[in-house]
Amino acid sequence: MFESLTEKLSSALRNLRGVGQLSEANMAEALGEVRTALLAADVHFKVAREFVERVQAQCVGQAVLKGVAPGQQVVKIIHDELVRLLGEGTTALSPARPLKILMVGLHGSGKTTSTAKLAKLLKKRGYSAPFVVGCDIYRPAAIDQLEILARQEELGFYSDRVSRDVPAIGDAGLAAAKAANADAIIFDTAGRLQIDHDLIAEVKNLRARVQPDEVLLVADGALGQEAVNVAKAFHDALALTGLILTKLDGDARGGAALSIKSITGVPIKFVGTGEKTGDFDTFHPDRLASRILGMGDVVSLVEKAQENIDQKEAERMAEKMRKADFNLEDFLAQMQQVKKMGSMQSIMGMMPGMSGMQVPDGAEAQMARTEAIIHSMTPQERRKPELLNGSRRKRIADGSGTKIVEVNQLMKQFGQMQQMMKMLKGGPNGGGMKKMMRQMEAMKGKGGFPGM
Amino acid sequence: MFGLFKKFQAGFAKTVSALAGKTAALFGHKAVDAAALAEIEEALYSADFGVETTGEILAEIKTAVRKDPGLQGRQAAELGAAVLARVLAGSEGRIEGGARPPAALAAENTTGCLVPPATPTVIALIGVNGSGKTTTAAKLGWRLKQEGHTVMLAACDTFRAAAVEQLKAWAGRLDLEIVASRTGADSAAVAFDAMQAARVRGRDFLLVDTAGRLHTKVNLMEELAKIRRVLQKHDPAAPHHAWLVVDGSLGGNSVEQARVFHKSFGLTGLVVTKLDGTSRGGALAAIWRELRLPIYFIGLGEQPEDLQPFKVGSYARAVFGLEDKQD
Repeated sequence: MFESLTEKLSSALRNLRGVGQLSEANMAEALGEVRTALLAADVHFKVAREFVERVQAQCVGQAVLKGVAPGQQVVKIIHDELVRLLGEGTTALSPARPLKILMVGLHGSGKTTSTAKLAKLLKKRGYSAPFVVGCDIYRPAAIDQLEILARQEELGFYSDRVSRDVPAIGDAGLAAAKAANADAIIFDTAGRLQIDHDLIAEVKNLRARVQPDEVLLVADGALGQEAVNVAKAFHDALALTGLILTKLDGDARGGAALSIKSITGVPIKFVGTGEKTGDFDTFHPDRLASRILGMGDVVSLVEKAQENIDQKEAERMAEKMRKADFNLEDFLAQMQQVKKMGSMQSIMGMMPGMSGMQVPDGAEAQMARTEAIIHSMTPQERRKPELLNGSRRKRIADGSGTKIVEVNQLMKQFGQMQQMMKMLKGGPNGGGMKKMMRQMEAMKGKGGFPGM
Repeated sequence: MFGLFKKFQAGFAKTVSALAGKTAALFGHKAVDAAALAEIEEALYSADFGVETTGEILAEIKTAVRKDPGLQGRQAAELGAAVLARVLAGSEGRIEGGARPPAALAAENTTGCLVPPATPTVIALIGVNGSGKTTTAAKLGWRLKQEGHTVMLAACDTFRAAAVEQLKAWAGRLDLEIVASRTGADSAAVAFDAMQAARVRGRDFLLVDTAGRLHTKVNLMEELAKIRRVLQKHDPAAPHHAWLVVDGSLGGNSVEQARVFHKSFGLTGLVVTKLDGTSRGGALAAIWRELRLPIYFIGLGEQPEDLQPFKVGSYARAVFGLEDKQD
């Protein structure tokens, strides 16, 4: 796993304390780390080298700031440079009406899904009648897929399942869209390799026929070094105007975006972030920069939390905690909400400084056991844990396939947690808080609450 | 075997030229100098081999150059291919029937045939979105059928719009049997029905196509576990193979994908797709290093016959632009 770049740089630059200035010599090790981090994030070899050279040029001669660790200072320079590079150009689309957009890319990059998502986003942004045209005559059922999505999102749709003449389908689609008074028309095309001359010629012809205002390359966020060849060839053939980066809801570092940006210079306009048609967003360079550098992605974490955690439920929970009548049923509900956000590892990965940390083996299993224990209680027992006598505990242990010791441990720790809440309730700004901190310290020593 | 390599090289032709273009040093009869070493390093990184494998190959070439300053580019390439082949040693996956006694297996294997057990050998194809699972299912079905087996497809991607239709279209085109429901149906139910049908009809293989899912989505990973559970109601050993379909043009994240899928579902192998472009699929070396999951097939094109068994020697030599050795 990756250590956070900040930590690596801090150690590479530890000797810089007391040195007045950053120089080529005292930066060498640190810049090597930067290069490795970029390569590990799938930034293209050459692009990484050029980037490091640029950062070096910026760093050399800078005075080492007082009060800031040199590692942090260098990370900031790198981060800023990365944000600047990634964010160059505008994410805005052409103001033309009707707006014609051509979607191109490799197989499986997400063109058809992105076509529907983009149309939906345009609708949200005030286009009254987005229209999609299916030009993928090769992949079986690709046209069906687009038609289904179009119906689902109430978009205009045209395609031709008989014709093998893609430019003609584009033409007919354009006419159909205009007849339907569409103000945005998106052409979905087949996936193609950038070295497939026939298919590249075909999409060039399509471009010439429909004269799109935007030509967007759809690229998988996990793309490797190949990104450079792909982007260059598509750009040379079609004069791209933008990039859509897909599957960013995974944990790919997204270095391909920097490669593509550096090679083509076209702005990154949108990112795909999920399975649903609503999971599509304008590109934010600062988030991707943090991600490429392995610095965590706090904004995305917060968004993920917002997306998955039911606001009302969270408020109800907070209220319960405040009143200290938090029972095992609430605890279970809370655990399930956390689980909805993804694996513990993926959540950790988004936290700054924790991206390199491994969730201890068995933590997820421990959580599952805790859940099983609570599931084996009657609703009454969950609400009133004090009911649990020896025979009940035995039954629960048997029912959940655990041992009585484990049930006891859970109850003990739950008791401590309840106590903590009572203390919190004890005084809004009095001794309660301090007492709680002490309590927490004590709990930390005992290994904390299972699965939390 | 030679026919296979031809296919391999045809698919890899552009790869070879892309690598050769970058590493002129590898193909001349010039001695390998510092500039040439830098070129080789760049070529290996550009092929997604990552820090570890690139480092290992480069270190051996450097050592060889130190011993013999007159080492020629071609010799360096031979050496590089040998190191890569060593790194990947044992990574060739071959399908075997699970239920036959080993003696029968060995006997039949000499004919090069796949040996199906009494109940269908179930192969589940899983992976992230757009990696090529559905296409691989169809091509694999066609391949097994060519080899004389009876095959059934299970269209368990009930999530993506028209994924079922896509596999049905393939099945129609290649004349394969398929069990499918509709989009939105319970994928595990489809798997159950397909398994039942395959057993009743005595099919040799059942190929289970699943919906694409990012490895970070816990709930979708649980759906996979459910598919496994229902298959096991018919045969506790099913699925006999669980292959991760990986897009060969991806970089380091494919290692993470393999790691997580392996941990949560238990993989038995890989299929690496889309190697007919200029991608060299170097990430597969990193996956092999870490997880020791054999690579069963690689995808070298859009035609059914373009799904080819993975051969370490051919691959390693193709990466370095060398012609294959006859074997």
